[in-house]
Formats: sequence, structure tokens, C-alpha cells
Amino acid sequence: MTSPPSPPFEPANTLGRRPRLAVHKLSSCDGCQLALLNAGESLLTLAERFDIVHFAEAGIIDVDAEADIALVEGSVSTAEEAKRIQAIRARSRWLMPIGACATAGGPQALRNLADAEAWIASLYPEPQHIDARPTADAVAAHVHVELELPGCPVSTTQVLAALASLLAGATPFAEQDKVCLDCKRRGQVCVLVTQDAPCLGPVTVTGCDALCTSLGRACYGCYGPAENPEVATLAQRFAELGLDAEAVTRRFLFQQSGAEPFQQRVRAWHPKLQAGSATASADRGRDLASADRGSSMLSSMTSGMTSADRNLSMTSKEDDDD
Amino acid sequence: MTATHFLPRQHLQTLLDQLDALGYRCIGPQVRDGTIVFDRLSDATALPVGIGAHQTPGRYRLEHQDHPRCFAWANGPQALKPLLFAPQERLWRTERDDAGRLSFTSEPQPMQRQAIIGVRACDLAALALQDAHFAGPRADPGYSRRRRDLLLVGVECGQPANTCFCASTGDGPAISTGADLALTELDTGFLVRAASEVGSALCDALPLRAPSDEERAQGAAEIEQARLRQCRSLPGRNLRESLFANLDHPRWDEVATRCLACGNCVAVCPTCFCSTEREQPSIDGSSSTHLRLWDSCFSAEHSYVHGRLLRPDTRTRYRQWLTHKLGGWHDQYGRSGCVGCGRCIAWCPVGIDLTAETNAICADASESAQEAP
Ligand code: SF4
Ligand code: SF4
Ligand code: SF4
Ligand code: SF4
Ligand code: SF4
Repeated sequence: MTSPPSPPFEPANTLGRRPRLAVHKLSSCDGCQLALLNAGESLLTLAERFDIVHFAEAGIIDVDAEADIALVEGSVSTAEEAKRIQAIRARSRWLMPIGACATAGGPQALRNLADAEAWIASLYPEPQHIDARPTADAVAAHVHVELELPGCPVSTTQVLAALASLLAGATPFAEQDKVCLDCKRRGQVCVLVTQDAPCLGPVTVTGCDALCTSLGRACYGCYGPAENPEVATLAQRFAELGLDAEAVTRRFLFQQSGAEPFQQRVRAWHPKLQAGSATASADRGRDLASADRGSSMLSSMTSGMTSADRNLSMTSKEDDDD
Repeated sequence: MTATHFLPRQHLQTLLDQLDALGYRCIGPQVRDGTIVFDRLSDATALPVGIGAHQTPGRYRLEHQDHPRCFAWANGPQALKPLLFAPQERLWRTERDDAGRLSFTSEPQPMQRQAIIGVRACDLAALALQDAHFAGPRADPGYSRRRRDLLLVGVECGQPANTCFCASTGDGPAISTGADLALTELDTGFLVRAASEVGSALCDALPLRAPSDEERAQGAAEIEQARLRQCRSLPGRNLRESLFANLDHPRWDEVATRCLACGNCVAVCPTCFCSTEREQPSIDGSSSTHLRLWDSCFSAEHSYVHGRLLRPDTRTRYRQWLTHKLGGWHDQYGRSGCVGCGRCIAWCPVGIDLTAETNAICADASESAQEAP
């Protein structure tokens, strides 16, 4: 982001009523909604200042409600969601995708790099019952959005600060700093320099308070690319640290695989994977699905862990999920 | 010339106890997370005894060595800067009452006398530059408060790192000014020089003896050895002309292909002073906190002016860093902004070496300089 976010929402006090807040869900794990539910006392204040019209995890359900501010969790992954996000946009004045899925497709965007239909056919005995678009997209690939808050899950502090700013009639702050700067502000010791850990902090936007490095682990980029992300340079550094080309690529393929700058690395590694990004266009997924990708590299990327990954698991918590 | 005393190693704890008795909160070097950090220190055994630090571009490793010394390492990622120029500081709070009136309150600055043990010559030189910036005519209240009553125990460097070049900038490894006490470490204890009234008073309270001639000679020889062992240098002490004459040098493009624009060099540099400010509104709308945070000329916001970025890419950001550090600083503070600590080299995740970049860009300057690379 090199330009400031859209002009501010009208201050709450000019509405003559409490502003309406909706929290929508597309394809996601609900973690971002839970991050909001975890806000403690602030959640009660939120409920006082807003008329919460839809928030499934909090038990308030009216998916068709009009809203002044709509937070959207999850990626656009099905035909139904592609329609629903248009309807949400039409009913919402400020649309704010929250979390890695809504801002870059999330982990499910890994299928954007593969033949999603073939995956489904191999997993389900009756694939015709599965409604899945060939790609999982960021909300912004389908509709105009006012501000994106990334992260897996989204930062509760960032959401509350954005809502507080909007209530005050101010433009919410859009974080642009890299995780490294936050890491140093917190007096943390660099794990890349002291442990050769393949840390994504130099290309990742902060917002998490440099959480992983505060626990001595390498950042795996869950907040997505920062502005001016030197992905190729960092990939080169990881190679110097001893990661093979596939292991380097995998560092960029966690929650934010759909983000265009991280996809550059995928293309550099394997030019046949012309996925484009989950944030670029809702249509480019179809080209991908029909492209020839009969590659053993791809299947190794999407099946078992390689030895390089096992090395990585020392420094990245997400490998526990493999 | 001030008198040199000797503090036997077993009495190092007495120094900490004396500082404590005088009401100082002691801060000193300790091993943490694979490096040496400055933190609360009350027990001399918590110092990094028998620890060395192996530093090369982009790499830092501690080493265990078989000796009793506790200052036999060059430096860690930080020393004085975060203790004075806080990485994150609350500047003021805004409250809104029921009638909508705003009131502003500045954050109270807690008063605490601090003594910092183990400060290096380069850090003292950097402190003088930070003082010029923060404690000059328009003094920063937070910095000044922390700076006042600061007691500094410097220790000269006998073991510079591969990344150090303070001899080239003229800021080390010997301590000339800036410390209240200057120590030179030997196996058996410390040569001690008092360099301020506070330092002299402290000396009076310590179990000091006169050093032997051998001890004096050994101390001097070790520091001279440390100077000679440094393997990096800048092509001169004033590179302002040369840098600004080479703003289109192809090396800027080349270094941009290696640099991550991550800002780690700025964050570890003991002289960099840039900051940004942020507002932290409370969700109930009744208050907001105004923060100041470390910034860096590698971040977008640093060059954001009225709808556009003056420095949109890594090339212009790296150039800003180097030309300000080694060029613009002369106009602002009468000397280069580099004290040769080498931190930006060791803590750069890709190991970019500012001396190598400078030598390439200022090749014309090196011919006339007395310390050619
Ligand atoms: S640990 Fe990671 S985030 Fe922190 S400074 Fe090093 S590279 Fe950057
Ligand atoms: S992976 Fe990176 S961006 Fe995500 S929480 Fe960890 S440090 Fe933050
Ligand atoms: S520019 Fe580098 S070597 Fe010079 S003072 Fe800053 S961190 Fe130290
Ligand atoms: S402009 Fe850059 S080099 Fe200069 S003080 Fe600021 S951060 Fe440091
Ligand atoms: S020189 Fe190194 S530390 Fe500085 S911004 Fe570039 S990559 Fe980061």
C-alpha cells in the first residue's frame, strides 16, 4: 500500500443512530471471528457503540442485514460465495476484509496452484456434490473494499483500532512497516542472523507485534507481503542458508500463498505454475485449472513433507499441521 | 592525564554494590537468545564470563572460551540507544469528557538513576551524536530525563569483531571521553580511570590499588592490538562530497538487488534517530494514546509526502541511508553519523557491508584518504 486508504466513513454522530456492524463469513476456519470474540471487555464496548446486526460466532444471525461497516472473514471459494459477496457489498457502506483468507485467499488458495478439480475427484467419492470454484480468492478480487486487515488470525487490536477510528470519523491507520522493524522495536534478537532461521519478517507486513520472533521462531508471513517486498532477494538468502529450491518456495506458501508477491517466488521456482494471485482477478483461476501442470514437483509440494521441511519445522509452527 | 587504578577481578561485585548503594539501577551485558543484551544487572556472575562473539556479515554466534573475562566480546545488537531513545514511547494521552471537550496530558517520565556497565567506545561516540540530536536546543523531554543522571562505566575493546571498524572512524577501541569510569579488562582484573567527578567519587569507594607497570603495559598493548586487528575501514572520515557527487553510481542499483529494505541496519545503528508517531484510540471513544516509535528510511512512510513516496524503491532507500549516515550528518552534526560499530553489517539479514558499499561508491575519495581500504 503506497496510497492512503479511502476517505473516512461519516462520523457516527452524524448518523443519528448507532452504526450497524456486520461480521460475515466466507470459506474460513472462524479464527478471525474468534479473535474478535476474544476482545474481552472491548467486545462489550463494541456492542454498546454498534448495533451488531450479524455475527454468527456471537449468535447474532441476519445475513441479509444492511450494515454501515461489514467485516468479512474467509475467501471466495464457492459459486454461492461469489454471489453472496456481491450482495454483501451492495448492503454495506464500509467493507473491510479481515484475515489471511479474506485478504489473500488463505491456506485454501494453495489449490489455485493445482488442478482443484482433480484434487476433489481424488478426495470425494461423489465429487459432483462439492461446490468449489477452481480458486480461492481474496474478497478484493471480486468487489471493491475500503481497507484490508490481514493476519492469521487478524489482530484484534488492529480491528478495534480501525473501528474506533471509523467511529471517530477518522481514516483508519493502514500498517505498512515490516515485521523486522517491529521485531527490533521490541528488542528481540534476530533469529535469521543468530540461528540461520528462514524468517519471512523482511518481506512481511507487521500487525502481529512480531509474535513468532518473540518466541524465537521464524516468521512464516501470515500477515502477507509488506510494501516493497524483496521476495527474490530473501529467497536467494534462504538458498544460501541451505534450503533447496522447493523448501525455499514452501516458505512462501503458507497462509499467504495467494498474495501476488509471494507467488512471484512460486513462478521463479516453477514457471509452469502461472497461477497469478488470488488477489489479482477472479477469473484467472480458470486458466490455471486448464493449464498443463503434470509435474512431480507439484505433487511433492502438495503431498508429504520433504526432508527440507522437516528441518523447517524446527522454526515454523505451521508444519505441525502437515 | 587521569590516574589509573587497578580493580582486582574478585571486587567487581563491589562496583555493582556501590552503584546500588548510590541509588543507581544497574544495567549490564548478559547472554540472552544467542547474543549479548543489556538488561538489569545486580550480580556480577550474570555477566558473560568466558563468552566471545563471532560476528561476520549477516551472522552472529556466541562462543565459549576458556578465560575469566566478562567483556571479551565486541558488542551485541543494541547498547545505549534503546535505553535513551525508547523504541516505543507514549508521548501524550487525549481524553474526551461527556461534553466532548478534549484534554491533553503528557506522559509522566519516571525518574530513575541508571548506571550502565560495559559501554563501548563506539557506543559513547554514538551517544554524543544522539545527545546532539535529542538533547540540543529543543531537547526531547523523555530522552533528556533518561539521559540526566546516567552513569556510564565504559570498557575498552580487546576483542573487536570481524565487523568492527571503529579505528577507521576514530571512535575506538580505546575510550577517550564520555564515560564516568573507563575500564580495561585483564585476566586478573581491571585498569580503572575516572573521567568525571561522579567517577572519581566512585573510585574512592572501591577497593582499588595501584597497577603494576606490567599491568599498565599489558592493557595498552591489548587495546593497540585490537586496533590493528580490525580488518574493515571507510575510505575517509568525511565522504560527504564524494557521496553526493556519486548519486547516480551504478553500485546503488547493484546493492538494491541484494538489500531487503528491511531496516534492520537502521534499528541496530546506535546513531539513527528517526521516529514516526501513531495514535491508539480506545474503542469507547473516550481517550487516545499518542505514541512515538522507531522508524527507518527503509520504510514507505518515511518518504511519504502529500500523496506520493519520494523514495519508492530499495535503491533510493539504501541511498538515503548511506548518504545521510556518511554525508548529510556532516551538515547536521559536524561529523559522520557512523562510529564504526559494525552492527549494521552483522545484523543485516543478507550481510550487506556498508564499508564495502562505501568503498565502491567513493572510490575517488579513497585515493586521497590516509586510510585506503
Ligand atoms: S528475526 Fe525475522 S523479523 Fe526479526 S529482525 Fe530477524 S529477519 Fe526480521
Ligand atoms: S507468521 Fe509472521 S506475520 Fe504471522 S504472527 Fe508470526 S511473525 Fe507475525
Ligand atoms: S552505520 Fe553501521 S557501523 Fe556505522 S554506526 Fe551505524 S551501525 Fe555502526
Ligand atoms: S534518515 Fe535513515 S540513516 Fe538517517 S537517521 Fe533516519 S533512519 Fe538513520
Ligand atoms: S542493508 Fe541489510 S539491514 Fe539494511 S535494509 Fe538492506 S537488507 Fe536490511
